[in-house]
Amino acid sequence: MSLEEYKGVYVFAQQVDGEVSGIAYELLGKAKDLAKDLDTDVTAVLLGSGVMGLADGLAEYGADKVIVVDDKELEVYRTEPYAHALSSVINEYKPEIMLVGATAIGRDLGPRVSARVATGLTADCTVLEIGDFTDMATKEVLPKQLLMTRPAFGGNTIATIACPYNRPQMATVRPGVMQKIAPITGAKANVIEYNPGFTPDNKYVEILEVVKSVADTVDIQDAKILVSGGRGVGSEENFKLLQDLADVMGGTVSCSRAVVENGWMPQERQVGQTGKTVRPSVYFAIGISGAIQHVAGMEEADIIVAINKDETAPIFDVADYGLVGDLNKIVPQLTEMLKAEMAGK
Amino acid sequence: MDFKFDKQHEMARQLFQDFAQNEVKPLAQEVDETESFPSETVAKMQKLGFMGIAIPKEYGGQGCDPLTYTMCVEELSKVCGTTGVVVSAHSSLGADPIYMYGTEEQKQKYLVPLANGEKLGAFGLTEPGAGTDAQGQQTKAVLDGDEWVLNGSKCFITNGKEADIYIIIAVTGIIEKRGRKIKEISAFIVEKGTPGFSFGTKEKKMGIRGSATYELIFEDCRIPKDNLLGQQGKGFGIAMHTLDGGRIGIAAQALGLAEGALEATIEYVKERKQFGRSIAQFQNTQFQLANMATKVEAAKLLVYKAAKAKETQKVYSVEAAMAKLFAAEVAMEVTTKAVQLHGGYGYIREYDVERMMRDAKITEIYEGTSEVQRMVISGSLLK
Amino acid sequence: MKIVVCIKQVPDTKGGVVFNPDGTLNRGAMLTIMNPDDKAGLEAALRIKDETGAEVTVLTMGLPKAEEVLREAMAMGADNGILVTDRVLGGADTWATSTTIAGALRNIDYDLIITGRQAIDGDTAQVGPQIAEHLDLPVISYAQNIKIEGNSVIVERQYEDRYHVIKAQMPCLVTALSELNEPRYMTPGGINEAFEKEVTVWGRADLKDVDDANLGLKGSPTKIAKASDKVRKGAGEVVTLDPAEAAAYIVDKFKEKHVI
Repeated sequence: MSLEEYKGVYVFAQQVDGEVSGIAYELLGKAKDLAKDLDTDVTAVLLGSGVMGLADGLAEYGADKVIVVDDKELEVYRTEPYAHALSSVINEYKPEIMLVGATAIGRDLGPRVSARVATGLTADCTVLEIGDFTDMATKEVLPKQLLMTRPAFGGNTIATIACPYNRPQMATVRPGVMQKIAPITGAKANVIEYNPGFTPDNKYVEILEVVKSVADTVDIQDAKILVSGGRGVGSEENFKLLQDLADVMGGTVSCSRAVVENGWMPQERQVGQTGKTVRPSVYFAIGISGAIQHVAGMEEADIIVAINKDETAPIFDVADYGLVGDLNKIVPQLTEMLKAEMAGK
Repeated sequence: MDFKFDKQHEMARQLFQDFAQNEVKPLAQEVDETESFPSETVAKMQKLGFMGIAIPKEYGGQGCDPLTYTMCVEELSKVCGTTGVVVSAHSSLGADPIYMYGTEEQKQKYLVPLANGEKLGAFGLTEPGAGTDAQGQQTKAVLDGDEWVLNGSKCFITNGKEADIYIIIAVTGIIEKRGRKIKEISAFIVEKGTPGFSFGTKEKKMGIRGSATYELIFEDCRIPKDNLLGQQGKGFGIAMHTLDGGRIGIAAQALGLAEGALEATIEYVKERKQFGRSIAQFQNTQFQLANMATKVEAAKLLVYKAAKAKETQKVYSVEAAMAKLFAAEVAMEVTTKAVQLHGGYGYIREYDVERMMRDAKITEIYEGTSEVQRMVISGSLLK
Repeated sequence: MKIVVCIKQVPDTKGGVVFNPDGTLNRGAMLTIMNPDDKAGLEAALRIKDETGAEVTVLTMGLPKAEEVLREAMAMGADNGILVTDRVLGGADTWATSTTIAGALRNIDYDLIITGRQAIDGDTAQVGPQIAEHLDLPVISYAQNIKIEGNSVIVERQYEDRYHVIKAQMPCLVTALSELNEPRYMTPGGINEAFEKEVTVWGRADLKDVDDANLGLKGSPTKIAKASDKVRKGAGEVVTLDPAEAAAYIVDKFKEKHVI
């Protein structure tokens, strides 16, 4: 089976409880660019139970085709039936590129599937493009490869990876990194129904219970303005200062990992390598030291304002505006002044 | 002669450092401010076997060498002098004498719980009238049938009231030696809660303020005959030999305090700017630090050498005395200079160095004053 | 019951990164630690051992220096340590790494394999699930809680906004999150015991049912096209002003940049 026979840019359209996840639309947006460079089309792969109705939505965001695997076994995500479904689709339809969201689902499904179909997988890509790859050993130049760029080593190095001798080329991408297109209202999906058949075995684990988090409907990835606090804020109660600032600016409060570990804020608010990647217009880093793992999650913000009493804190190396001082004094002042400024408008 | 530590000792040091950073350092200021015994930390150390590091496994200990134990006290003391002395007094003064002089029954009954962390130990020698002049003991123990009856008091006892098991030195009689009447002194094991054994004043101290320093009071306190530790009349020798080991622990505490102060000062002088540059760039600062670092290094070698001597020699009084004498004086000097190099901030309680200076002073005094150490050293030179 | 925990020695990126004069990373100068997610997995295994007397083996693939993490694990209470090291295994991507580790695991009797979710140097979270695939085992990732019930594991599997309580039959593989628990310290005696034991060392020849074509740099389907040091967003302006002035400074900047 030669590599040239693999065609098409495929996107895993993650859905949970019958709702397509935002990452799927973002990946479709990027898939359109890649497909254009490869002179091919975009296919969304939708797995679930009773999910036919979601296909058109995927077309509106760029899917030319939608392969739907609709089966009771796929009602709630479990690694094995999903891995079986997705790898069967890959083996049947032979895409040259398969994109998966780097979510709690994708980072489990992606590796399992890539190993099953014996191909390479590159995680947490920040840039995807089509280009030439030069094999260092043979000096051969292979055109039209998927070049996958990702941070490595805790975010200190940038590596561009290719998967030149295996297909499909697989990559996972974090939510908030790629852009979805403006929806094409009224687009209809070209639906292909497919079912590889499911035979439960020891790998089909049993879900005993689904426990949803206490409603924190705030999604920090949607926020244009983030007021983020770290260990330096000192206590759960003191986050009120940040909330006041956020209220004045119409923003949202987020936090570093240390805050979540101390139990002051829920995990959903965490920015960073093991939290969320955010790209707000303004990011306040208050009482945050700026460890690499945190910075990796917010350095793409347009404007970064850091407030910290330690002038050697690494956060000042990435902040556009750094204020050295006591956040307990500066933040309330800032809130007051901004309030006055905005009221005057 | 290899001055490098092997992988095992490196790992042990890493363990003690991690524990000190994560568990001890965050509480050090509060322990000092509130003069509270660090019970939670002690409980954690008991679970990890820190309270029986150099006691063999057959008696519930960790089976490591004296050097490993010394490193533990050193690393703890770098961040908190109080926590360091709790471990030192318990291990060297409370547990070790039972290991060295106890009967098999006494080891099973008392050493095992001390080593495995179930119980805390202490040592009572000092009395209001008997400090350096330890022979000035007045606490009496009289044999009455199957029991010894203790009367008297001890003062300045580390881990007092917190400890469960106490090694108590007392006078058991008057004997004639070469025509002179001298006291016969013996050692005993006394449990907290024994009727007639109570606690008096808790001392308010300049430093190691979280350490529980108490007066012990014995009023017709009856203990079993079997609680005599070692031979009757050998108590003074037992006390002196025990103190030799204790001095290594205190030397480690002093070393830790000096190292902690030096590290804090190096960080500070790099940050502190005056006259447009960091004070680390002034030669006076640089030369002071060089002196401090060299003395700390010398103290380190004496301390580790004494620990090695305890492992390989029957008698190590001189090594222990030199280590304690030097390390304590270095600790006092380095912590004082540390405060000076911090300038005004060195005097402020939010900064650790003033506590380290207050903690360092006692290392020149307890478990044998520096004067006593000089007596031991010169005594061996002029034999 | 037999548990194998796969652990990795990684540079300690939390403590700060050390660069060479030419801007490349100086890995040699950095402290190494046991990967945090793996340590949590090890702690989970040790807790099961405390409760049920299970036997815990730790396995690592790496340079000879990686033996240090095995010793640390044994000092915490693991019973056996296995080091998989060989020149030909180097430069492996996650496919080749998981192939290698699976090849080693095929020599061992196990009921449960625990790996960390991801390593702080690679950050891919791929190796655990891929090992499960090679060994045809059920995998449960992102474990925030692990319990044993007879022949099964009951795992709380974390998602962004919920968790599933999952039951799987052993043998199976679980990937652990560092939030799973607070790992214990080593004990001084444990350190001595760790060094008294033999660490088993395996090379390529000891791997079972693996093809050379899937090992090492050559056997890695993903290839590095180029690597460079991150051009970070550089530092902007840093000021030390009193609170009122600092606030005014920001308000001005925001007006300048049309934020407000």
